[in-house]
Amino acid sequence: MAWDWQVFCKETTSGDVVASCFGKGGDITYLDWMLSAWGWTLGVAVLALVVAMLVGSLMGILRTAPDKRLVFIGNAWTELFRNIPLLVQVFLWYHVLPSIFLSLRGVPSFVLVVFALGFFTSARISEQVKAGIQSLPTGQRYAGLAVGLTLAQTYRYVLLPMAFRIVIPPLTSESMNIVKNSSVAFAVSVVELTMFAMQAGEETSRNIEVYLAVTGLYFISAFAINRVMLGVENRVRVPGMIGGKA
Amino acid sequence: MFKSPIISACAVAVGLLAAGVAAHADTLAKIKESGAISLGVRESSGALSYTLGDGKYAGFHYEMATRIAADLQKQLGLAKMEVKLQPVTSQNRIPLVQNGTVDLECGSTTNNATRQKDVAFAMTTYMEEVRIAVKANSGITAIAQLNGKNVATTTGTTSIQTLRRNERATGMDFKEIFGKDHADSFLLLESGRADAFVMDGQILAGNIARAKSPADFRIVGEVLSVEPIACMMRRDDPAFKRAVDSSIQAMIKSGDLAKLYDKWFMQPIAPTNTRVGLALSEATKTAWASPNDKPMEDFAKK
Repeated sequence: MAWDWQVFCKETTSGDVVASCFGKGGDITYLDWMLSAWGWTLGVAVLALVVAMLVGSLMGILRTAPDKRLVFIGNAWTELFRNIPLLVQVFLWYHVLPSIFLSLRGVPSFVLVVFALGFFTSARISEQVKAGIQSLPTGQRYAGLAVGLTLAQTYRYVLLPMAFRIVIPPLTSESMNIVKNSSVAFAVSVVELTMFAMQAGEETSRNIEVYLAVTGLYFISAFAINRVMLGVENRVRVPGMIGGKA
Repeated sequence: MFKSPIISACAVAVGLLAAGVAAHADTLAKIKESGAISLGVRESSGALSYTLGDGKYAGFHYEMATRIAADLQKQLGLAKMEVKLQPVTSQNRIPLVQNGTVDLECGSTTNNATRQKDVAFAMTTYMEEVRIAVKANSGITAIAQLNGKNVATTTGTTSIQTLRRNERATGMDFKEIFGKDHADSFLLLESGRADAFVMDGQILAGNIARAKSPADFRIVGEVLSVEPIACMMRRDDPAFKRAVDSSIQAMIKSGDLAKLYDKWFMQPIAPTNTRVGLALSEATKTAWASPNDKPMEDFAKK
């Protein structure tokens, strides 16, 4: 088969090839559409990552707290969101919850999917943060408390700075996963890359070109996150610790 | 360290791409030689082609394809011919026909000019009409009333393009909601998230037939677009196309195709024993009266 990359310069309604490949005055080419879809993918992924990091860290910390009730809350949260498939969770947010809480009906599906993806990933991040904290010798916690720091201060100044450094590599994987998992947003009508690929492929009959381009964009997005996280890892490296050269 | 992951990933990707298989130009000879034909089937294309589970398939175009296969067997004088069924999707059906995995795909593929550059189509056997389904009590009877309303349709179908064309032509503004499959889009209509569901008429009719209370829904308004649905095969293989076309023409002439239509669209069908209840349209009757393989664009010009 012959390649036909001109497909991206086509106008989406008339099918005419636009010379500049970018539509003008309300015309949209498939290239315009793909870039906008990329924006939606990144938007969902980055916002969901923020939600996941905040909630996941909080839940991970709760699971290592001395108070049994806090541990229970953290465990319950993690198990709830970890044991339900992601796509099912997205549908629960989109179809089931709005039929119970009517006020949710007006919420855009973009927001719902950010929370669905964010909470799903938060369960995984909570597991990693907990593992990071538990990997520290218990003496660290007691030392902190013994020099008169409160529990909160012990976490803030003693435990978390070390724990987070330890778990940067798995957090990198999680951040890259969230870009790829954001493709579930297509199921609730967010016009992101996966939906673009299915739709543009059908309209233009050039599935292979469209999927190759979309694959490339996913790869670039995930790889960019990988490089950013590697930069963070190098930046915060402490000599003498795991990953740090003495 | 920096370059190696990119290079290795690219190497894998290039390796995968290079795995394309050369196509056979003479399908009849291939069938005769291998004693097998590979039919492309769909998992869920309404009553045209759908699965019953366990590798079993059913539907108007599925049964038609098995009859074409039987005619080919007779023509080739094969005592035994194996009919292989290969499920295909909207995304992979054209590549699979091109690379020889599938010899004949009879599902719900629209014959259009873009696709004719890659594949050939048999005589049109079904004319699909894109229609609007609404709730019966909504009071909506025409597309003009959908201005500013939520309109559901399914990702990966040409109906989305049809909607865009209508918007451009009339200056209307639909709030489009995209279901991930037809059942999902119908749920959007059922739950009230969408005021209308725009889709192929037979898909709408099938979904309404299977709904909890079919009387609550109605197909209304004008036909938004007409698309010829036909079996798809490899290009530049006139002998095979002639054999398939003459089998279809014989079925039209003998009335067998009309009987098949009645069986799949008017009578109760498996697995739920509901009837689609979509009478033979004028467009399909016209297509059968003068068999042709014209692409969709030729119908739009009228």
